[in-house]
Amino acid sequence: MLQEESDLSLIIAQIVQKLKGSNLYAQLERQAWASLQRPEIKLESLKEDIKEFFKISGWEKKLQNAVYSELSVFPLPSHPAAPPEHLKEPLVYMRKAQGSWEKRILKSLNSMCTELSIPLARKRPVGEQKELLNKWNEMGTDEPDLSLFRPVYAPKDFLEVLINLRNPNYENGDSLSFRTHLGLIQVPLKVKDIPELKEFFVELGLTTGQLGIDDSTQVPPELFENEHVRIGQKVLAEQDSAAAQQYIRQGSPTALRAELWALILNISSQPEDILYYEQLKTNVIQHDLLVDSLIYKDVKLTASNDDYYFVFEDYLYQVLLCFSRDTSVLGHFAYSSASPPKSYIRGKLGLEEYAVFYPPNGVIPFHGFSMYVAPLCFLYHEPSKLYQIFREMYVRFFFRLHSISSHPSLFYHLREIGAQPLRISFKWMVRAFSGYLATDQLLLLWDRILGYNSLEILAVLAAAVFAFRAVNLMEVTSLAAAEAVLADLSTLKVMPLLQIFLFATVT
Amino acid sequence: MSRVSVPCHVKGTVALQVGDVRTSQGRPGVLVIDVTFPSVAPFELQEITFKNYYTAFLTIRVRQHTSTHTPAKWVTCLRDYCLMPDPHSEEGAQEYVSLFKHQMLCDMARVLELRLILRQPSPLWLSFTVEELQIYQQGPKSPSMTFPKWLSHPVPCEQSAPLLEGLPEPSRVSSEVQQMWALTEMIRASHASTRIGRFDVDGCYDLNLLSYT
Repeated sequence: MLQEESDLSLIIAQIVQKLKGSNLYAQLERQAWASLQRPEIKLESLKEDIKEFFKISGWEKKLQNAVYSELSVFPLPSHPAAPPEHLKEPLVYMRKAQGSWEKRILKSLNSMCTELSIPLARKRPVGEQKELLNKWNEMGTDEPDLSLFRPVYAPKDFLEVLINLRNPNYENGDSLSFRTHLGLIQVPLKVKDIPELKEFFVELGLTTGQLGIDDSTQVPPELFENEHVRIGQKVLAEQDSAAAQQYIRQGSPTALRAELWALILNISSQPEDILYYEQLKTNVIQHDLLVDSLIYKDVKLTASNDDYYFVFEDYLYQVLLCFSRDTSVLGHFAYSSASPPKSYIRGKLGLEEYAVFYPPNGVIPFHGFSMYVAPLCFLYHEPSKLYQIFREMYVRFFFRLHSISSHPSLFYHLREIGAQPLRISFKWMVRAFSGYLATDQLLLLWDRILGYNSLEILAVLAAAVFAFRAVNLMEVTSLAAAEAVLADLSTLKVMPLLQIFLFATVT
Repeated sequence: MSRVSVPCHVKGTVALQVGDVRTSQGRPGVLVIDVTFPSVAPFELQEITFKNYYTAFLTIRVRQHTSTHTPAKWVTCLRDYCLMPDPHSEEGAQEYVSLFKHQMLCDMARVLELRLILRQPSPLWLSFTVEELQIYQQGPKSPSMTFPKWLSHPVPCEQSAPLLEGLPEPSRVSSEVQQMWALTEMIRASHASTRIGRFDVDGCYDLNLLSYT
């Protein structure tokens, strides 16, 4: 009990410390000062009266949402003796594996730099800055020569690293057991089994209404859809993050989705946020980074070729180029197993005052990275809001999809399916199914990621796809044929598949 | 509560196994670690911290100093404390753990020796142990000052003169002023830790290659 109480006070202290640096804190302070003019605030009961005022005016709700948002990403309180790297990743061999994976990426980027004789970063001459500013809204029309650039890595490279992940203390045995033949991933992490998944995803059950199932044309809207929309509007009126998160587990109506996601992620476009985005845009104009070319190449290779997303090409540049310059993203490395790449100002090698992170946000984009942003373009059209939403989605969820950690997320679920299917499904998982599912289905899936604050639904969907196409898969005899069976997910209906897999299959 | 580290001597682990260690096939599932305190008098144990390495269950036995002439006996103070909820999987396998006096089954007043019994029933792991073992006793209490009697037991003051009409009560005014002062102190003390958005050094972002360290 003592331990729990001290943990709780530690969490509270840390959240308070974090919120003190936020816009909300400054706003609350201003509101408190302004409220002193009001007649109902009396000197003798100052504290209680101001608290009451906050409650009535809706500011308490905003604070609640902010605290709830912090709790969603907050790592568990750690033991005082534990070093910071333990908080990022408790298992030593995984830390080492992530470290060597990162080193590989750095080497690849460095060799690209030296081979092409292009600097990592370059200040743009004034003429070029003016030109870029004029072209800001149509960067997609640019056709730079990107043939020499290659993506730093692709999901399959990451999969190879995961397959070769070995716990040095794990008994491999002289006699290869049945298990080692089946599973590609050789790491004994605890994963939820079907009964535990049923409990975790209880709102997806057969007796609960779902958008994606119970809003189809054959079902009369009075049965579920109308009421669900009405509740959604009420949740938005109340501006309650926690309620929105609970509500969205059953799916979000299309008209309400943009606002609901913003509420759950605690994003509200304040003037400060728009100013911040404009500052990032200025940074893009002033400095040219090598990773910009990687971003261009990625967008041209993936999103521009996609039937659904090619219209958003310009938006993608506007978001991703700014994302690379955003130092606030560095904050997520405290709870991620990854670390940002470091460099020094030219001529000042080894001097700590001249050490910087590269890129400024510490995230090196890989092949397919732009697909994290593309679906969001359907929901948000204002660049700074689109940017904020994407940034929050990245630091809460997407960063886990390309780093090695023991966090109970995704890859290890697929141990249950087995070896070869993992090679196929892995690329779906790393992209959170973006670009593989139809957009409306993808958005229904991402509704649940937000609702359950977890990426586990991705692994469950991957397993469900295999179970669904099991009959076809049984007949194939080669990996290529298996890939053909599984290649096209664009006709898949996500929610019925998940429901059947979790609740209607005989296990 | 402050704590002071007690220097201890951790003896090598002894595996408990039936049969001959060299010839038998299986690995031991029980290890015993003895911890002695050669240069320290019997002390009151406050806390034990360590870093786990794949130990599933921990039992601790303690031998305490007795005032009578009877030889000190071994008493179990922690029985089968679970460090890994599932011995076959990684959860809890490399965690930092603290164990406190109040979690122990017996009084830890005059500790002479400790014996840690580690169990790992799963055959999946090649070895298991606990690392970075630290034993703590209670630190010195903050020195208690003896207040002069008149400070801690103020003489009740006489009834103040009847209040002048129209003026607020002095004790109420003083408490309000105190509140205001406390609030201003709080505001002054807290400073917003703003995020600095600069990624360059004095406008320069001309970089070498990425460094590997």
